[in-house]
Amino acid sequence: MGARPLTLFGDVARWFADPANWQGSHGIPTRILEHLELSGLAVAVAIVLAMPIALYLGHGRRGGFIAINVANIGRALPSLALLAFGLIVAIALGLGLGFWPTMFALVPLAIPPIVTNTFVAITEVDPDVVDAARGMGLAERQILARIEIPLGLPLILAGIRTAAVNVVATATLGALVAGGALGRFIVDGFALREYDQLVGGAILVALLAVATEVSFSALERRTAVPGMAAIR
Amino acid sequence: MTPNEPLVRWDWLASHAGEIGFRVGEHLELTAIAVAVGLVVAFALSFAVLRIPRLYPPVTTVTGILYTIPSLALFAFLVPYTGLSVLTAEIGLVSYTLLILIRNIVNGIRSVPSDVRDAAQGMGYTPRQILWRIELPLALAVIFAGIRIATITTIGLVTVTALIGEGGLGYFILLGMQELFSTPLLVGAVGSILFAIAADSALVLLQRALTPWARVR
Repeated sequence: MGARPLTLFGDVARWFADPANWQGSHGIPTRILEHLELSGLAVAVAIVLAMPIALYLGHGRRGGFIAINVANIGRALPSLALLAFGLIVAIALGLGLGFWPTMFALVPLAIPPIVTNTFVAITEVDPDVVDAARGMGLAERQILARIEIPLGLPLILAGIRTAAVNVVATATLGALVAGGALGRFIVDGFALREYDQLVGGAILVALLAVATEVSFSALERRTAVPGMAAIR
Repeated sequence: MTPNEPLVRWDWLASHAGEIGFRVGEHLELTAIAVAVGLVVAFALSFAVLRIPRLYPPVTTVTGILYTIPSLALFAFLVPYTGLSVLTAEIGLVSYTLLILIRNIVNGIRSVPSDVRDAAQGMGYTPRQILWRIELPLALAVIFAGIRIATITTIGLVTVTALIGEGGLGYFILLGMQELFSTPLLVGAVGSILFAIAADSALVLLQRALTPWARVR
């Protein structure tokens, strides 16, 4: 304990400069890849599970209380508690440590913002526009695919962004249950009291979270339908 | 966690009742300090923003970045400077409350109708009186919505501070992960969720007590 701040800065710079930290299965590139793989897969699974239900409910303009309650429950679930449940489930199913407990924690974490935002995005599409589409003879499925989803896309993506940022942040905790990813540097840094590794890992995780947020925000702006007032 | 072991060992619960009580108290203390300090800082920044609107974008950008940085990473940044201490935990916890609180305070006060403000001015209220007697009471519902979200978020994040030697109920989660023992895992996880629900209910009651006019419909 008690590394002095001034020397710490140099230590962290040296940690990043050390070629040994950029190679092999414990290297920075591998850990970043593991982090992206885990997070991407968790968000993808959450989208597959949550999006159809939210689209169905939103299109029928019903089940608003479900969408709101899912959001509230999601907020009350601490990420570490989810990881605890994930660990119990993974061990009960004989799936072991590391990847699966983390996955079981990340998917439920990602579902609430996706459900709520998708539902709100669809229900907030101007009913006149939907009626006009119906009058023009579009089938319900076509109304959803050609009118409601395109118009609601920025808000839907905002939900995926919230989910993705939370997942990227929480994937760090996976190292507590012997997972890989960038949390490894932080958890090992704490355990071994190696501050260069600890702070280096923290910088990488923080950058990855901010990069996720920024790239999704850019995507949201690009998908806004021309002529529609920017939803943000 | 061997197959023949029960999910919850009630004898463990009974023999650790005292420690569980202690950790609940610690959880409450860490949360209360974080939300209280967060409120003071957020109000100070909000008043500055309301007076100088140009400050709003930089304030939300900085608090937004703080909010985006994963909690474990933020604690990791702080530990070399402030050690494994309550201070480290609180700096992290407070910084996560700021974005939510400032947004709600500023939007709450800005959403007070200007007619009401004009009427108060016409009745001879000073700017200070307008703030305390008109704007803050009318903005209270929105501000309370922010306090509720900030409190629930903080209760969740307190569990993560177990890694820097604090943690409240998060201590049991970490213990369960190290020993692969489901009873403390469940005590910590279920306990922190119940604690969040209880705190939220308490805040709803407090809000109702503070805004008696909102009940008369």
